[in-house]
Amino acid sequence: MLMIHCPYCDELLPEAEFAYAGEAHIIRPEDPSAVSDEEWEKFLFIRTNVKGLHFERWRHVHGCGRFFNAVRDTVSDRILITYKAGEPKPELDKLLAEVGQ
Amino acid sequence: MSLQISSLSPETLIHTGDVQITVTGETGRISLRARGKLAPLDKALGVKLPTKIGTRANKGDVEALCLGPDEWLILCPNDDVSALKAACDAIYEKLPHSFTDISAREITLSITGPQAAELLTIGCPRDIASIGVGEARRTVFDNASVVLWCDGPDQFRLDLWNSFAPYSAELLITGAKEFSAETALT
Repeated sequence: MLMIHCPYCDELLPEAEFAYAGEAHIIRPEDPSAVSDEEWEKFLFIRTNVKGLHFERWRHVHGCGRFFNAVRDTVSDRILITYKAGEPKPELDKLLAEVGQ
Repeated sequence: MSLQISSLSPETLIHTGDVQITVTGETGRISLRARGKLAPLDKALGVKLPTKIGTRANKGDVEALCLGPDEWLILCPNDDVSALKAACDAIYEKLPHSFTDISAREITLSITGPQAAELLTIGCPRDIASIGVGEARRTVFDNASVVLWCDGPDQFRLDLWNSFAPYSAELLITGAKEFSAETALT
C-alpha cells in the first residue's frame, strides 16, 4: 500500500484513507461562456497523461477531508512531495535533486 | 434535537479475557465548521477549540476534537446540545459558522483490553500506536469512515455511523472471538 504524507495532518498515512482526484493545477476559466469550444474541451477532458512525474490531486477523505496536491512518478508510484492546495507547483529539477535522481 | 434511533442498543457485545466491546450510551454530538479567529466560538462553547488536527480539549462535560483545519467534533451531554446551539447562534454575526447536531448519526463502541489495539488493526490500515493517548483521529475502518479515540494504551472509542454499525461491530466481534480462540490454543 502507498503511504501518503498529508500536508494538513502532517502525518504519513496509508493510501486507504485517501481518494485520488485527478490531475492538479487545472484552472477553470473564469468566464466559461467567453471561451471557445476547443478551450472548454481542453479544460474538461484533455489531460497530460504523463509517463513520469505527474501533478495530481488527492483528498484525505477519511481524515481531515482536505484536498491537496502531490507529485507522483507514474512509473514507480513513488510520491516525491505533497503540498497544500493553492500552493505553487514545486520545481521538478530541484525536487529530483533532493531525492537524488 | 434529532431523535436518536440506534441500530445497536447500549450493552456489552462481547467480553473475552483480552478485549471487551461495549456500545456506550447516547451522547450529544455536534459537527462544527468555522474559519478565522475562533475566540467567539471558544467563549460560546466554554472550551478552547484545539487547532492541531487530532488533538482534544475539554471543559467539564464538553469535549472538542479537531478533525480538520476548519472542522471540529464536539461531544456533550444529550441535554446540553440545544443550550450550546443557542450560545453559538448568538455569536453567528461575529463568526459565521456551521453548527450541526449529528447526535443521531453515530454510535460509539468502547473497545478496551490488552488486545484492543491489535483488534482495531483488522479493519484500520493506520498505525494505531501513532494516535497518542488523549488524542483522536478520523480514519477508516473496513471502508467506513470512523473517529477513533485513544483514551489509554488499551482503551479506545470508535464512533461509527449508524448504518455501518451492525456490520463493523460484527467484524470486531468475529475478530475478538478469533483472538480468544488463538489464545486458547497457545
